[in-house]
Amino acid sequence: MDPSLFLIQALNAVQYGLLLFLVASGLTLIFGVMGVINIAHGSFYMMGAYLAFSLAAFTGNLLTTVVVGLVLTALIGGLLEWALFSHLYRRNHLQQVLLTYGLILIFESLRSSFIGDEVHSVPVPAWLDFSVPLGSVMTYPAYRLFMSAVCLLVALGMYLLIHRTRLGSQIRAGASNRDMVQVLGINIDWVYRLVFALGVALAAFAGMINSPVTAVAPGMGAQMLIVSFVVVIVGGIGSVWGALVASQLVAFADTFGKVFVPDYAGMAIYLVMAIVLVWRPEGLFKS
Amino acid sequence: MKSLITSRERAAAIMVFLVALAVFPQFDQEFYTELVTRVMVLAIFAVSLDLLLGYTGLISFGHAAWFGIGGYVLALLGTKYQITNNLWLTLPAAMAITAVASFIVGLFVLRTRGMFFIMVTLAFAQIFYFLFHDVKALGGSSDGLNLRGKPTTEINGWVPFELTDTNTLYYFVMVLLVAVLLFMALLLRSPLGRALQGIRENEHRMAAIGFPVLRYKLAAFTLAGSLAGMAGHLYAVLSGGVNPELMSWHQSADVLLMVILGGMGQLWGGVIGAFSFVLLQEILSVMFKQWHLWLGTVIVLLVLFLPDGMISIFGRIKALARGRNP
Repeated sequence: MDPSLFLIQALNAVQYGLLLFLVASGLTLIFGVMGVINIAHGSFYMMGAYLAFSLAAFTGNLLTTVVVGLVLTALIGGLLEWALFSHLYRRNHLQQVLLTYGLILIFESLRSSFIGDEVHSVPVPAWLDFSVPLGSVMTYPAYRLFMSAVCLLVALGMYLLIHRTRLGSQIRAGASNRDMVQVLGINIDWVYRLVFALGVALAAFAGMINSPVTAVAPGMGAQMLIVSFVVVIVGGIGSVWGALVASQLVAFADTFGKVFVPDYAGMAIYLVMAIVLVWRPEGLFKS
Repeated sequence: MKSLITSRERAAAIMVFLVALAVFPQFDQEFYTELVTRVMVLAIFAVSLDLLLGYTGLISFGHAAWFGIGGYVLALLGTKYQITNNLWLTLPAAMAITAVASFIVGLFVLRTRGMFFIMVTLAFAQIFYFLFHDVKALGGSSDGLNLRGKPTTEINGWVPFELTDTNTLYYFVMVLLVAVLLFMALLLRSPLGRALQGIRENEHRMAAIGFPVLRYKLAAFTLAGSLAGMAGHLYAVLSGGVNPELMSWHQSADVLLMVILGGMGQLWGGVIGAFSFVLLQEILSVMFKQWHLWLGTVIVLLVLFLPDGMISIFGRIKALARGRNP
């Protein structure tokens, strides 16, 4: 393989992996901290992309769109936690699956009636709409580099939040013993609400910043959800660090699968998952 | 609930139901005959999932994979490669191939438990979805394959019946549904069935008293896969074609809903569930254009307010009545 072509594919893989990480880390946090299996998490990614599409018409500016979108989706997340998810913490997994599946049906219908079933696209912001030369003949779109950088910053921010702040230690404590945290005088309900809102906002953020390089289409949520599940299975439930490593692994398997065996590329990531399952049934990084 | 018939009222209800089912095609309403045939096929599918969900305690979110493979075996043997379109060969082949596939997948997924199991079964079903979506040799396309005709039933030149006739197909499916229910009733009374229910109640205790839990679970997973394969084969015969959507995760979720609607761990639960699900679907889709919105709302409200299933509504009403007039 030509080295600069290889470099382009590797850059694509890193960027895709970081995007996956944003969605999967929210999913794994909600699993790990609250013990809820949230099938509707992909819908939040879809929601972000559609928000970017609808808001782009009003704001015409990616930054404003993202800020407005983040506030909106975090509010939606908090509201959903209060109205629905907070009742699920002590229920069994089957009921969690059912309720969140019901939510998917609701979100998809709302999307279909308000925006429609057509495929849309979102323009790349003008100030990032150029290509960086790579080697002598190849070029690479600047927006994708920008995305990778932003996702890395978010990942770093999450690390600092979880390991270096007071809220972070409350989140970690809440994951291991809810009742004890409450006895110590911390309002665990609000900690959970924040974690949930954060997870929703992260998934929506991924949907928003990815919208200029992908088609905004029905079914994108389900697609993302299942790949994120694979990331969580490979990385281990509840482990944010595991999600980071696994998302890169999955992204590289997918990207290079498409290069080498295009017919079977859809299955490459599941092959990685199957191997990890045999080797470590609870994921690479059991938390 | 372990046997097919446990009390006189139950026996009467079942007889009435079976007689009604047997008489139904005589009204010559072709559309409704086909609809009920479809419901009976879905009932076999739901009963097969209940073996995992209700009796072994395994929440499989990928059961549609076996349903789809069962259908594809018929389409590949009978239409794409034209090896045989004989029912007596394709139906056993569909069941055998799904049994092998679910056995192999079972080796992987049964190593996990809880939340992991749900996600892993979903992910494995997705592999088959992509396999039949992308690989040309397996008829891979989003449109799927159209069958060149209903399977023949010829045995050495003798043709006992023709599946092209709507009513004949109906009775054939009905016979298979009753056979599956009888098989399940016997299975659940057998040592294997007892052990599976023991695993559902307490896996660690079963392991501690010496049951090879993994092997029992694998047996249940394989059996349930094979029965789902049978349902998938029948579904393909009925609809005259297959497509990858048969194994999509929506299909897995739908059959999960059927089992829960009808009652988990009840022999007739799958049957009641399939009928109520299709009824709910027909009613909602006639009443509302966006019927998924209402289906979703019904599901969310049911989980929030009736976590023990539809059946618990009677207990709740009784409790309310007692509370008001002590």
